[in-house]
Amino acid sequence: MLHIECPWCGPRDQSEFSYGGEAHIVRPTDPDALSDEQWADYLFMRANPKGKHREQWCHSAGCRRWFNVVRDTVSYEIVAVYRVGETPPEVDDAD
Amino acid sequence: MQIRRLPSGGRIDRETPLTFSFNGRAYTGYTGDTLASALLANGIGVLARSFKYHRPRGIVGSGAEEPNALLQLGRGGSTLPNQRATQVELHDGLVAESVNCWPSPQFDVAAVTGLFAKLLPAGFYYKTFMWPQRWWHTYERFIRRAAGLGHCPRAPDPNYYEKTNASCDVLVVGAGPAGIAAALAAGKSGARVLLVDEQSELGGSLLFRDAQIGGDSGDVWLQDSLAVLRDTPEVTLLPRTTVFGYYSHNWLGMLERVTDHLPDGDRSQPRQRLWRVRARQVILATGAIERPLVFCNNDRPGVMLASAVSTYIKRYAVRPGTRAVVFTNNDSAYLSALDMQQAGVAVTAVVDARDNPQGPIIDAVNAQQGIEIIRGAVVHDVLGHKRVHGVKVAPLDAAAAALSGSSRALDCDLLAVSGGWNPTVHLHAQSGARAVFNEQRGCFVPGQPVQSERSVGACSGEFALKPSLDAGAAAGADAAREAGFKPGRKRTYKVQDAEQGPARLVWRIPARTRVSRAAKQFVDLQNDTTAADLELAVREGFRSIEHIKRYTALGFGTDQGKLGNINGMAIVAAALGENTGGPGTTTFRPAYTPVTFGAIVGREIGDRFAPIRKTAMHPWHEAHGAEFEDVGQWKRPWFYPQPGEDMRQAVNRECLAARNDVAIMDGSTLGKIDVRGPDAAEFLNRVYTNGWSKLAVGRCRYGLMLGEDGMVMDDGVSARLAEDRFYMTTTTGGAAAVLGWMERWLQTEWPHLKVHFTSVTDQWATIGVVGPKSREVLGKLCSDIDFDRDSFPFMSFREGTVAGVGARVFRISFSGELAYEINVPANYGQSVWQAAMAAGAEFDITPYGTEAMHVLRAEKGFVIVGQDTDGSMTPADLGMDWILSRQKDYIGRRSLARSDCVRADRKQLVGLLTEQPDQVLPEGAQLVDDAQVTRPVPMIGHVTSSYFSACLQRSIALAVVKGGRQRTGDTVRAPLADGSVVQATIVSPVFYDPEGDRQHA
Ligand SMILES: [Zn+2]
Repeated sequence: MLHIECPWCGPRDQSEFSYGGEAHIVRPTDPDALSDEQWADYLFMRANPKGKHREQWCHSAGCRRWFNVVRDTVSYEIVAVYRVGETPPEVDDAD
Repeated sequence: MQIRRLPSGGRIDRETPLTFSFNGRAYTGYTGDTLASALLANGIGVLARSFKYHRPRGIVGSGAEEPNALLQLGRGGSTLPNQRATQVELHDGLVAESVNCWPSPQFDVAAVTGLFAKLLPAGFYYKTFMWPQRWWHTYERFIRRAAGLGHCPRAPDPNYYEKTNASCDVLVVGAGPAGIAAALAAGKSGARVLLVDEQSELGGSLLFRDAQIGGDSGDVWLQDSLAVLRDTPEVTLLPRTTVFGYYSHNWLGMLERVTDHLPDGDRSQPRQRLWRVRARQVILATGAIERPLVFCNNDRPGVMLASAVSTYIKRYAVRPGTRAVVFTNNDSAYLSALDMQQAGVAVTAVVDARDNPQGPIIDAVNAQQGIEIIRGAVVHDVLGHKRVHGVKVAPLDAAAAALSGSSRALDCDLLAVSGGWNPTVHLHAQSGARAVFNEQRGCFVPGQPVQSERSVGACSGEFALKPSLDAGAAAGADAAREAGFKPGRKRTYKVQDAEQGPARLVWRIPARTRVSRAAKQFVDLQNDTTAADLELAVREGFRSIEHIKRYTALGFGTDQGKLGNINGMAIVAAALGENTGGPGTTTFRPAYTPVTFGAIVGREIGDRFAPIRKTAMHPWHEAHGAEFEDVGQWKRPWFYPQPGEDMRQAVNRECLAARNDVAIMDGSTLGKIDVRGPDAAEFLNRVYTNGWSKLAVGRCRYGLMLGEDGMVMDDGVSARLAEDRFYMTTTTGGAAAVLGWMERWLQTEWPHLKVHFTSVTDQWATIGVVGPKSREVLGKLCSDIDFDRDSFPFMSFREGTVAGVGARVFRISFSGELAYEINVPANYGQSVWQAAMAAGAEFDITPYGTEAMHVLRAEKGFVIVGQDTDGSMTPADLGMDWILSRQKDYIGRRSLARSDCVRADRKQLVGLLTEQPDQVLPEGAQLVDDAQVTRPVPMIGHVTSSYFSACLQRSIALAVVKGGRQRTGDTVRAPLADGSVVQATIVSPVFYDPEGDRQHA
């Protein structure tokens, strides 16, 4: 079970959180300007990296805030945690 | 008679004899015995039959590694299968039985398969039984019965189990010398330390090996150290507790056997306790498991691990044989030779694969009378069937590839074997690290840690006592420091320890004939996997150790290959022509030893399996005979049968009351969300498909919510309480998801919108009063609201006082009738409900449940999201284009224009009328155009809702049919499971009052 640091409440067990998938997918401001392919890319296509992954988590059994996590998908190490709207921290994707 | 019990010694309590039964016969043992030591003390050699060949099997080991002595324990609901006798503490009245044999382990009918052993090579099941596939179920039945493996309890478990969460600074796994040294060092710093060991007694190897530590005997040092640890406030000792799993972020699972060692019936404490521990630092001191050697007939009862022989003698005062031969490739088994000699077991010979073993331990054995050391030789075969009668010994050539001279036979009834030691790296590997093969030590040792853990002692590949103690002390100090404590100066130990020489690695002892023709050389005793099986797998083209495991069943048993896997891996490496470590190990998965389901579920059984939600009016429903239906976690009244009524009669009566007079329903489970803030209307514009800006205060509107993929997600009526405030309702099942959905969009996409959401589902009780006479009932209950048709129109709400309670009354309808929904604070729910029943008595007001609600809404063609939709239905599929705004964007809108969403042959909602008016189609029935065409028959849709309508005096159904709306009047067919085919006609989904006049009445 992961140990996740909620930026609002502090470290808690994974069982208090829910997972939201890849972070920083911005909803297009003018959906009508997009082709079906471009819309489908926004809607369905997600990165699945081996290594650092920026993803959304919600402290759903706690403060109910959404926030961002950089997690290594191989070691499960949580490299960084930051609030919605904050600039993602610099993370070396190589290792 | 405990014929094999030594007259003195051991760690058993001879003052408290215990009685137990094995295969129906009574025996005695002592407190401190394991079931295995007690069985050995009573001279029981054969207690199981092997899985595949039904060969007689005896006890091999003394701990978690035991592959043979798997017994059924206890009776009735408490019974447990496949318990390792070596880890079962004896208690008074213990009942144990063999599992893998019929009628007894001494005479086993299925042993004849052993005579046909040549017919059962590796992959036999795959090759023979899996094809043709339709015969598999026939074979499987016989194989499973022959295989045994114990039985599950048929009755509920009378015991209870518990779960607990814990955290600590330093978790030390294993209370042998290294683990105790680590706990002492970490505990001194003030760190919170958990010292955990799977055995009943802490001490590890000190429980069966003599030692001198700091001038004291090993046992004195052990007792002193444990006393210090008990007196250290932040240190917790947990015996009888197995750390079975090492998961992410230093989270570990442990199983504590709280009362398993006590006689049945004591239920004042849980039987077992599952611990979930988050540790800042983990020290693994899990020891090592002795490795057997692979030679012909190495499975005969009486062939045992040398360390197990020592354990039975020293710890349990049991002599596992009378005349022994030791077969080894290293020094440690010489200690067992000395133990045996001391216990009065005549040791004939030590057969050592090494040409010239040297050192103090060898000298000590050499000095004993009557023990011959046969150097450069191996035991290559075992004589005897149900018991070892002797062994065949021959010289081994320099390449360890062949026997280089003639054989001689030695008489014995016990063969103590040591092929070296395998560090118990399971938890290290489970933590995500990779064990690496160390050529010099001849074993897999821990690799680079990936979590905050370190290995010390035998599990790190360090088998000598002094370096283990010193490493333990250093690791305890380091772990405490990293956890934020000051551990003080590092401690080293003074130990008298005889130095051990190097081992000679021999993975498979050559046979006199080719391996495939020789007697079986077992690698995995529990699964009857032989060296020949592994070599066959390689010949057939398998390369990956993971594939070979699955083909040969190597390591697949409940012991997870603790004895056989490393030998098997090395034999595969040799067959592949690779280095010993080349193929690597198979994955070490949790659990280290099996965990009972009882411990995993803990107390979350029965009523505590899931939360149960009840409305404020629940006691009234119960008192009035309601049958309940589970809707998510809610208990909802389903229907209220009157004496003599069946379900259909009750539902018909309830429906007719709503259509003709007045009926009342508990709608409290509807999700309710208070949406508040200057941007409340703007937010609803974005999550609903229709517009909300222009909705007047005091008015209600139906809304449809889509996923971003355009599929219908939820629906409900929302009311505008004020310019900046809405009262939103959702489906019963969707309440939590809708709240979470809205919060997510607000926080992550539109944080600039000023709006808040509050779930108020539990705060309000909702009473639906439905039917032509509902206005009269409301009029009697409430004097400060004008219920006039025009001043309180359909789709509006009023605040007022109902039965003396402040209420919101909504004029909305899910039945198509004139209807009101009274919302009052939940604590008043039952009293207002009762007041409504009293006010409606003169109109024969009728309570109705979810079934009648479903019928009423289906008569009107109103969908239920999640019943008539399945996550693949767009609003257009439901014929609800009218609710799609063209003035604004909303979630899911763009997706509705995707090519797939505008296909003409999408499944669309239609009504169905069966040819026979009293035939009710089963929900889920598949629809076809023509059932007579060649299979597979093209499916064109399915029935989503289906009822008998009392009001229409016939059955009705809703269905989704490809291009259905263009097919009104067509006949479709529903082939049913019983072979019959029902014909039905496609019609409009609105069966009743298509103009909608009644709700406006
Ligand atoms: Zn939080």
